[in-house]
Amino acid sequence: MKPDNQHSLPGPDDINREILSNGITVLARTNFNSPSVVIGGYIPCGSLFDSDEKLGLADFTASSLLRGSEKRNFQKIFDDLESAGANLSFSAGGHTAGFTGRCLSEDLPLLLELLADALRCPVFPSEQVERLRAQFLTGLAMRAEDTAEMALLTFDQIVFEGHPYARPDDGWPETIHAISCNDLEDFHHIHYGPRGLVIAVVGALEPKAITGQVARVLGDWNKPSQPDLPALPELKPLKKETTRKVKISGKSQSDLVLGSYGPRRKDPEFMPASLGNSVLGQFGTAGRIGEVVRERSGLAYYASSSLSAGIGPGAWDVSAGVNPANVQKARDLICKEIERFVEKGVTADELADSQSNFIGRLPLSLESNAGVVNALLNIERFDLGLDYYRRYPGLVKAVTSEDVLTAAVKYLHPDKLAIAIAGS
Amino acid sequence: MIKPYSQYLLANGLKVLLKEIHTAPLVSSWLWYRVGSRDEFNGHTGISHWCEHMQFKGTPQFPSEVLDRAVSRDGGMWNAFTYFDWTTFFETMPADKIDLGLRIEADRMVNSLFDEKEVASERTVVISEREGSENEPYFLLGEAVQNAAFRVHPYHHEVIGDLSDLKSMSRADLHGHYRTFYSPNNAVMSVAGDFKTSEMLARIRELYAPIPTGPIPPRIFRSEPAANGEHRLTVEGPGETTYLDISYHAPAANDPDFFPVTVLDSLLAGPSSLNMFGGGGISNKTSRLYRALVEKELAVSVSGGLTATVDPFLYSVVITVHPKHKAEEALAAFDDEIKRIQKESIPVTEITRAIKQARALFAYGSENITNQAFWLGHAEMFAAYDWFLTYLEKLAKVTPANLQNAAQKYFRPQNRVVGTYLPTGAEGQS
Repeated sequence: MKPDNQHSLPGPDDINREILSNGITVLARTNFNSPSVVIGGYIPCGSLFDSDEKLGLADFTASSLLRGSEKRNFQKIFDDLESAGANLSFSAGGHTAGFTGRCLSEDLPLLLELLADALRCPVFPSEQVERLRAQFLTGLAMRAEDTAEMALLTFDQIVFEGHPYARPDDGWPETIHAISCNDLEDFHHIHYGPRGLVIAVVGALEPKAITGQVARVLGDWNKPSQPDLPALPELKPLKKETTRKVKISGKSQSDLVLGSYGPRRKDPEFMPASLGNSVLGQFGTAGRIGEVVRERSGLAYYASSSLSAGIGPGAWDVSAGVNPANVQKARDLICKEIERFVEKGVTADELADSQSNFIGRLPLSLESNAGVVNALLNIERFDLGLDYYRRYPGLVKAVTSEDVLTAAVKYLHPDKLAIAIAGS
Repeated sequence: MIKPYSQYLLANGLKVLLKEIHTAPLVSSWLWYRVGSRDEFNGHTGISHWCEHMQFKGTPQFPSEVLDRAVSRDGGMWNAFTYFDWTTFFETMPADKIDLGLRIEADRMVNSLFDEKEVASERTVVISEREGSENEPYFLLGEAVQNAAFRVHPYHHEVIGDLSDLKSMSRADLHGHYRTFYSPNNAVMSVAGDFKTSEMLARIRELYAPIPTGPIPPRIFRSEPAANGEHRLTVEGPGETTYLDISYHAPAANDPDFFPVTVLDSLLAGPSSLNMFGGGGISNKTSRLYRALVEKELAVSVSGGLTATVDPFLYSVVITVHPKHKAEEALAAFDDEIKRIQKESIPVTEITRAIKQARALFAYGSENITNQAFWLGHAEMFAAYDWFLTYLEKLAKVTPANLQNAAQKYFRPQNRVVGTYLPTGAEGQS
């Protein structure tokens, strides 16, 4: 049977959403075309809870959840997982700690049991914690040598100065050193609980069976005292152009990131800004930025823009990797393109191209179980409605060139850009 | 879940493999050429990859700015890759738009412009790509190990090529390479997704059958002589982290030994995913090397990799050394594990486990139509699609004795290069 384009997209008639009595939200969708199951989810235990002195605690805690539980030690956990050809992992961002896993459908009960153990009764064995600490510290040493990562990190520090988003979720070497086993236990004890936990499951099982399996392992988890995430302070926009350079010796290529803060995911400007960003530095081989920096000038292998929007203000930036001798040239070209974008917006043809791209690529982003899990979590996190992906083409088509220009003018100020450069 | 497929040979030599998959309204179409970095002489290293870049620079029918917009407008994903043995171009599009992808590939098989100005601009782009790779210690170490492992065989240089060649090659060199290797009789087309085979085949015939057969392109056959002893090297560079790359000469994809070595890789370093698109992998925390190196805090990570190639390439283990230990200590523990797998009989349960892991990875990859079309053509580049279809069966036939024999045959010090990346120190400051 040939799938119908519109109804191959997830919608209210094929997404099963249930809230368990302890507050856990379960989203399930069936796909019998694949013998595997993907799970994903989040819990409100992100780095917003971290102090400056122990930055990285939320991420360290999330990463330690599979290092041993009251029921299984580290070896047993991974022996069970890997023997089944399954995987499960945790990490933390600013607002939430997230998890993702997959297995053959016959092994979903095992995967959910391991997930529940990790969330409910981890034990943080000191030997395992020290091992993880060494891995984190090595990761941070590698980050310090990575021009692209350091440019992005520095960009966030400029744009979000005085705001928690200025801090890297994985912390700094000195803050990772400062975290003890007790800190991990306390963080878990205080913050982990069923309220706000969202889990999406997609695969070769009936939705009711999926929800039943989740309820069996997590339905009796209760924690009356789960603190709310701290409120976000107001972001103070830059008053003038601000440039910071990070010197990393011995590198053949430097990375630069330029831009500003962007809209929140739920702001009305999100969709116009998203389409505008496509024209600026995404469409085709990276939009206008790619055309000017890569195609016409041959300055970079990669040059593009990105718009990351979440619960709080996002970042709207342009990045490129160039020879150290060409940094100024690339920076000038990019600044000029941003100016043009803010002054003149996008043409009707450019907008139509990006609209067509956004709508046309939807089936591709939703073809796999993992893609659908991401979509379901997106719906839940930003309260988009179960019919969001069915309404999506209409939402995209409704955006006008004027909407794009309004969003560009609101967020991108060519005279007040944050500019970060990392390299030799 | 392996689904049926069909294959055809056009009169001009183009081989076509088609696989209907009706799970999503998508079609993925790949065109593969039997040309890669192994087909390059010194002085022309990197020419296959650069040539691939030039395929995006337009034809009279599809000028470069039109090409890119046309695919993106239709919501398509497209890209190209160059490897040792092959170069490939693909488009994954909504099913009712795939015709554009088919037309683009037929057109640029013969009509790419290689405009002088575009060649000049792309020269610096490719050099920039190489400079980006040079920022990574893994690349610098891997390149040195590969150079040392192959003195004679053209697998000795990286696909991106050497900087001096990237600076000196001309438009005529690039165009000559294109005209030599881009012909229907040197290509395989693989298409998977939501289409009817009869209709797809008819359209492919219409577009590709008129393209004339080219001369059979030359291929370099210079087999690598057996090494006479272990080769050790060091690479120095910025940073604080020490890496080890231990690479053994390994069997080619078509060699029956490829499958025991695949299982050995799984036991030693964890199962490797065959999926290029989607699916993800499986962690390796119960693998022998993880237990011996990471659990013993001699390393912070370890991974293994075996590549399916036409000629024998390398089985490589990369170790990120623990900051409190030296590379020699990690290497000694690694060698102990190699000796153990060579001497002690391997329980059948470990093999069974490796097969289950491979089956799961197969299932994960089958969700993605782009991945399905990739394998339909990729396997043809070093064997045939049947190689992929019977992959799990071949793994299941591996016995403990096969494993021990393969470990003794391939994991000898005389058969390896050991590379160490020595950091010269960190320097990051605002």
